[in-house]
Amino acid sequence: MDLNFTAAEEAFRAEARAWLEANVPTEPLPSGDTRDGFAAHLEWERMLFAARWSVVSWPAAYGGRDASLWEWLIFEEEYYRAGGPQRVTQNGIFLLAPTVFEFGTQEQQDRILPRMAAAEDLWCQGWSEPDAGSDLAGIKSRAERDDAAGGWRVTGQKTWTTRGAFCTHLFGLFRTDPEAERHKGMSYLLIPLDADGVTVRGVGRLDGDEGFAEVFLEDVFVPDADVLGGVNEGWGVAMATTSSERGLTLRSPGRFTAACDRLVDLYQRAAGATERDREQVAQAWMDAEAYRLFTLRDVTEMAEGRSLGARSSLNKVWWSELDVHLHEAALDLLGSLGELEGDAPAAVDRGAWMKGYQFALSGPIYAGTNEIQRNVIAERVLGLPRK
Amino acid sequence: MRFAFTDDQILFRDTVRDLLDKECQPEQVRYAWVDDDGRLLDVWSALGEMGVLGVQVPESLGGLGLTELDLVLLLEETGRVGLPDPIVEAVAVAAPLLAEVGSPELQQQWLPALAGGDALVTTAFGGVLVPNADSAGLVLAERDGRLVAVPTGAAELERQPSVDGSRRLFGVTWDDGDAIVLAEGADAQAAIDRALDRGALGTAAQLLGLGRQMLDLTVGYVKERRQFGVPIGSFQAVKHHVADALLHLEFAVPVVHAAAYALATGDPDAPRVVAHAKAAANDAARMVGRQALQCHGAIGYTVEYDLHLSLKRVWALSESYGSSAHHRRRVADLVLGPIPS
Repeated sequence: MDLNFTAAEEAFRAEARAWLEANVPTEPLPSGDTRDGFAAHLEWERMLFAARWSVVSWPAAYGGRDASLWEWLIFEEEYYRAGGPQRVTQNGIFLLAPTVFEFGTQEQQDRILPRMAAAEDLWCQGWSEPDAGSDLAGIKSRAERDDAAGGWRVTGQKTWTTRGAFCTHLFGLFRTDPEAERHKGMSYLLIPLDADGVTVRGVGRLDGDEGFAEVFLEDVFVPDADVLGGVNEGWGVAMATTSSERGLTLRSPGRFTAACDRLVDLYQRAAGATERDREQVAQAWMDAEAYRLFTLRDVTEMAEGRSLGARSSLNKVWWSELDVHLHEAALDLLGSLGELEGDAPAAVDRGAWMKGYQFALSGPIYAGTNEIQRNVIAERVLGLPRK
Repeated sequence: MRFAFTDDQILFRDTVRDLLDKECQPEQVRYAWVDDDGRLLDVWSALGEMGVLGVQVPESLGGLGLTELDLVLLLEETGRVGLPDPIVEAVAVAAPLLAEVGSPELQQQWLPALAGGDALVTTAFGGVLVPNADSAGLVLAERDGRLVAVPTGAAELERQPSVDGSRRLFGVTWDDGDAIVLAEGADAQAAIDRALDRGALGTAAQLLGLGRQMLDLTVGYVKERRQFGVPIGSFQAVKHHVADALLHLEFAVPVVHAAAYALATGDPDAPRVVAHAKAAANDAARMVGRQALQCHGAIGYTVEYDLHLSLKRVWALSESYGSSAHHRRRVADLVLGPIPS
């Protein structure tokens, strides 16, 4: 056991820290889940790309630094430590990209990844439908074969599509064989949102931002080149994406350890904090630290070639509940100031804690509800019977 | 960076696991409930032969001269099977403490015998009472800021029965004139602080093992037990209980291992990591225990079924060497600083 980073890794950290300290906007950007905020975030994403910090773990040819998993973790720690803005490109970079690396053809990788890294193409996830949420295999949106045109014609509706109103492209699951059994007969398609037949309608989320969208598809043509993985093999491809979503890449520990450091700072500024507040803050800090240590062990496993499998569901439950608890602790510290909007003159930290709390409450829902995760843990890690 | 044990450490763990699986079955633990000394002396001497009792005894004194990191997995195993003998007190706390502050004569007198399983040294740091003082020759304790060694022959012992019938707890009183002073002042405080951290780490490791044992027992049970014509493990409410149990256990494990690493490497943050580890292990083991009992239903609420052996050990160890609240306060003091005014 050796819990120290190498000199080269520490040098990587120093380089990342120096760049972030010099470049992270000193004034927080407006929310990336609003139209104006999204545009402001794109500028930031393009700065990151220009300095080769947008996709550190990718090959240099696609704009990355060939960083190891350890270096990626270090970058994430530094990014959130420096107060880096939310990554509006995350659903492409952290969810679709690992799937493209695993299942994409060379042509798809060359075409999709550099534009994703550069924040030229902005990807959203088209999975949930009005009648298929937790029961993802129940999707009904259909893609019918058009042999003459060499592709598929897609009709249906996706919903709860994060930043769908601002993104340029959608990746999603569509039923390509309506006769097949539920988990078969689906394909993973890549669709530009400016294609003929696509209509996007933004939906205000709980926090007031237009962060959700409904995406309506009416006879939208998708060429064969935009099928990711095999036709009718979409379920298996999608499961690779969910493992990125539940596992390491979407929510690295650095995000929560940085949030807890800010929580500690808030505590130290909070006159009249109670013993109970103190315990809650300490517990949140400990839970974030436990996630950091858990991840160091997981990355060791991965670096030595062992796969995490269904254990990624443990991660997802832990970080999503931790995120709620740490924001509850913060709101308790703020007391009656906690409800203030960011532009209220008396708001503390620009209202970031209430905003963060509202976002944290989505964590136990998105990426597979925590009830689904607990089923996965019980059935696939502990071997309990499905029925 | 490599957050994993070496092949040798895993092999040592597996060897100890094999021994304990054979020799420390629930029947043996139940025997310790009713016999005089609450000891499994055959297991203890086998552990001595394997080197387990001398992991932290210097090689020159018959031990292996290793560290907390080499011991932590072995303690998990002793927790899993509910070994009643005071391995935390003797092996994790007393041995390294004597090796640090004992006089050469005292070390020579006690450490080789402790490592070989021929003599027992226990400690009074886990709480107000002393485990297995009746079968120990020496008790290490604090009095008036001094770290002392008290020969049990000169002390008065008063048995205090525990909810866990396999524990042998004693109130120990002695005259100052009979105690050997090992350290005073700041040296004593530093040595005692390290002893408390080692005890907290050792019991945390045992709690992880207990948690694992109770979870395994429960998973096995809910797969077999049928109601409404199906295994109860197919019900979502039951699935979520066991999933929560695993979740809390799995997120306590790396903290306990990091605490072993911190103590073994002399990390100045070790007190914080150890406090975190004990709080996390306490909470996880108690949580797993609650879920285990609930998933078993009435059978789990009997003394005929084995679950109660583990539950009662958890109740004892989760308060020994500091409760969750105590250790959370330590973390708060180290991370949050003073209460803001």
